[in-house]
Amino acid sequence: MSQTTATPTAVVTVPVVPLLKLGTWVVFFGLLAMLAIFFVSADQGALSLPAGNAVHEWVHDARHLLGYPCH
Amino acid sequence: MSTVPGESSALSPAAFLIRGLAVGLVAGLIAFVVAFALGEPQVDDAIGLEEAAAAHLTPDEVAAEEAAADEDGMVEISRENQKSWGLLTGMLAVGAALGGLASLAAAAVLGRLGGLSARGSTALVGLLGFVAIALVPFAKYPATPPAVGSGDTIGGRTASYFGLLLVSVLAVIAVVVLANRLLARLDGWTAALIGAAAYLVVVTVAGYLLPSVNELGDFPADTLWYFRRASLVTLASLWAAIGVGLTVLVGRMYDRFAADVARRELAASL
Ligand SMILES: [Zn+2]
Repeated sequence: MSQTTATPTAVVTVPVVPLLKLGTWVVFFGLLAMLAIFFVSADQGALSLPAGNAVHEWVHDARHLLGYPCH
Repeated sequence: MSTVPGESSALSPAAFLIRGLAVGLVAGLIAFVVAFALGEPQVDDAIGLEEAAAAHLTPDEVAAEEAAADEDGMVEISRENQKSWGLLTGMLAVGAALGGLASLAAAAVLGRLGGLSARGSTALVGLLGFVAIALVPFAKYPATPPAVGSGDTIGGRTASYFGLLLVSVLAVIAVVVLANRLLARLDGWTAALIGAAAYLVVVTVAGYLLPSVNELGDFPADTLWYFRRASLVTLASLWAAIGVGLTVLVGRMYDRFAADVARRELAASL
């Protein structure tokens, strides 16, 4: 930060992102992210959606190697 | 403190998220390479043991397995596809999800953690993400290779794992808020150490209360250790890539913002 400029007036405080505005993004993306993680980590194991084993089998090695419970 | 027009668009949640997703995809790719190189040989060994054990099944057990495989929606995916495209799919999906979440966390703490710079607070998010989301769940419920674990207990094991993960994530958020409050009275290191200690107490108690899992049977200890080591290195590389990548991109975004503010203030002073 100190080397960005030598202008004496340029003491820039680190800004904040308004929490209310951020909250909407956290809710929307949070749901999306949890859905993605669910499909890789738990789908067609303890809980199935859709039925079958196609998702489970496809991401199977990632599930084991990322440390999620599987077999 | 200066209010600058356009300030909100320069550091908007969307600007963080897009960087988080990009970093997450790259991190997923790196984790895939690590998992493929270090982990897949162990997965293959474990599946070999599983198949050797299957050779000793009774005719009834074989019939039951074949009936289960004939149900609707049951498919067989080749090992070649599982260890390449399947593994890549999983790593990219989890990488993007965790990268995106980390970027929103970085947006939340930006400028809010005492005197930490944009780079400092973002790097802290990466470190805490690794500890809370990967390391602590791994310490209680370490990764297990195929052939370890019973299908009958998957419900309970899944609930325990995600229960601990939830406690860990909530605890890390709570202690960051706590340590931040303490900054009013204490110096940064003391506040951080108190926060770290509080987090460790909470997850240790949660880990103590949650049920243990031991379904190893006579699975070979060396393969188990190699697999777990590979799994931990995969998780570490995923989070290292997210932490470093996000710190670089958020740092640059902040530099541009700061240069912009400086330019406007200079223009206003003329
Ligand atoms: Zn499995």
